[in-house]
Amino acid sequence: MSLPLYQPTATTATRFLFFTGKGGVGKTSLSCACALRLAESGKRVLLVSTDPASNLDEVLETTLTSAPTPIPGAPGLHALNINPVAAAAAYRERLIGPMRGILPESALRSMEEQLSGSCTVEIAAFDEFSGLIGDPAATRDYDHVIFDTAPTGHTLRLMSLAKAWDQFLDKNTSGTSCLGPLAGLEKQRVIYEATVNTLADADLTTLVLVSRPQASALREAQRTSAELRAIGVGNQCLVINGTFETHCTDDVTAQAMQQRGATALAAAGDFIRSMPSYIVPLRPINILGIPGLRVLLAATSPENDESQIVKPQPQSWTPPQMESLESLVTTLEQQGHGVIMTMGKGGVGKTTVAAAIAVLLAQRGHAVHLSTTDPAAHLAQTLHGQVPGLTLSRIDPAAETALYQGEVMQAQSAAMDEAGRALLEEDLRSPCTEEIAVFRAFAREVGQGTQRFVVLDTAPTGHTLLLLDASEAYQRELERQARSTQPEEVLRLLQRLRDPAYTHILLVTLPEATPVHEAAALQADLRRARIKPFAWVINQSLLHSHTCDPLLQSRAHSEHRYIDEVVAHHSPRTAWLPWQPEEPVGPAALARLATSSTQHTLV
Amino acid sequence: MKSIQVYDPPMCCSTGICGTDIDPDLVNFAVMLAQFQKAGIQIQRYNLGQQPHDFAQNDAVKALMIAEGTTVLPLIFWDGQLHLKGRYPTKDERPAWFQAAFPHQEKAIA
Repeated sequence: MSLPLYQPTATTATRFLFFTGKGGVGKTSLSCACALRLAESGKRVLLVSTDPASNLDEVLETTLTSAPTPIPGAPGLHALNINPVAAAAAYRERLIGPMRGILPESALRSMEEQLSGSCTVEIAAFDEFSGLIGDPAATRDYDHVIFDTAPTGHTLRLMSLAKAWDQFLDKNTSGTSCLGPLAGLEKQRVIYEATVNTLADADLTTLVLVSRPQASALREAQRTSAELRAIGVGNQCLVINGTFETHCTDDVTAQAMQQRGATALAAAGDFIRSMPSYIVPLRPINILGIPGLRVLLAATSPENDESQIVKPQPQSWTPPQMESLESLVTTLEQQGHGVIMTMGKGGVGKTTVAAAIAVLLAQRGHAVHLSTTDPAAHLAQTLHGQVPGLTLSRIDPAAETALYQGEVMQAQSAAMDEAGRALLEEDLRSPCTEEIAVFRAFAREVGQGTQRFVVLDTAPTGHTLLLLDASEAYQRELERQARSTQPEEVLRLLQRLRDPAYTHILLVTLPEATPVHEAAALQADLRRARIKPFAWVINQSLLHSHTCDPLLQSRAHSEHRYIDEVVAHHSPRTAWLPWQPEEPVGPAALARLATSSTQHTLV
Repeated sequence: MKSIQVYDPPMCCSTGICGTDIDPDLVNFAVMLAQFQKAGIQIQRYNLGQQPHDFAQNDAVKALMIAEGTTVLPLIFWDGQLHLKGRYPTKDERPAWFQAAFPHQEKAIA
């Protein structure tokens, strides 16, 4: 499939541009490069980051604040950083602060946890940036305003229900979660409405869907596209970041990477052709500073431009001490039973790592149950009936969520009027709902680990666990367990997860900035819930790939700092897994993957 | 009965659907209140997670929370008088609520 390079121009760009996509696809780099391009063509541009994990400062080599700051070396470009986590914290403090010394400490603590959910953060972010979109005076000095994140469909649907608010909040007795935080926020409703209208105006707003040449990333982009189109955000384009072509015909790694990308693009052909779609070729990683950003959207392909390749320094770096996955399994198997969970952001290989561990344990004679949320379930299928002692099951988040939504609607909707029902339905589409639904399935599986090993490629977030903690403590004090609706498994869940002899958590990451920092945040959340991860797994490393492709060599070199960071700052034990020329499917390939180590690697 | 005031523990929402556990009494309570409200009974519901001011401003509520902690919630008042504390009405108790709300009807709607 031949697609044009992404080359934004001042004549075609709308006033507002939103870059959206899952973590690690390159939203920040692309939005910066686009802003720089427009500024260098003579426009006045404001770049806004609302990503809590934003590395905009690093990319622009400028310390940003919540006020527009001029970027040295880029006349006409200003940038500002809104931290929605900080905004949510400020909102929490507005509610809780005045109550200090008035309400008891225990009340303040439980309020705080209730207000730490992802809904609160999401809506606080919308509140912040609607001030920039919905209020014309705020951005009148700029020709273009570029955002490195976009609101989710869930947030926008809530906003479009805004007309029902006054009535609903006044009369409502049945309650709704996600409007709760909204009710306390400060911006005026008229600004929220103007924001929703601006987003739906094709003459004013473009939604840039950022993806990667990978099946899962393209599926995610397609889902986001449909969801936002349904709420009226119709002016969309797709940018596939990091497409790769190699001249090295004999290089297994480079050839496989090129082939895999082409296959993913071909599979998503209908989606790609459904809108204007562009590519940005893979560049030597670490697009930092103004010159780096110019390279990202350069009109030439990297393989034709030697000057873009940063020649790796002569190899003076020694990898820190890392283990094979097999070596972790040797520790894990000593208990004879228990729960092993792989955690991390989507796309880092949680399912593969979980499957490899399950296969090794089964091959060593243990009874093992592997439970996966892998949507395609290909991997599970390839293991079915192949390894004695290994059983498989699948948690389907969509099915679990639908089941849960059905139960709640059935119990609730009879006594509600139409407006109330619509809002309850929207609540049930919130990210929390899926989390809770999957959580119930998860608790079931964890309870299976008393007699054998249970390996899971999913886990609830720290926030959910803390909510569980709060409700558990509440129930215990009231001695209400006897009439709780929860099965035994759920009631014992936290205790089991906190027991280092029963549960082992492995955080999976890639040797890149965003996945490492997101895994570190996850670890901090777990520690708040008094759960300690057992080890980290660095997956898909290009170290020792012996690639001759200069671009991949340069990327392998850029892994060093993230590997160092994980071992030195985050991880008690670290396992290392190489990038695989072929997807590891089937017991043999998984077992081989698990035995790879930095000492003797696969070629 | 002309009015009901409810002081809920901090919850994501008044039905608990966002929590880790659905309390059927809580869901049924919310539905019952919706029916009462349609019939003209004044319902006021406060969530500690979202409306802490209302807790602090009610001396009776504040005193109970200081003395017994947050487990004293929910606190449910009928016409300003404390009626139930620490839990929602059960299936067996709900008919009495309907009786109180609709004293002129022969049979409770429950």
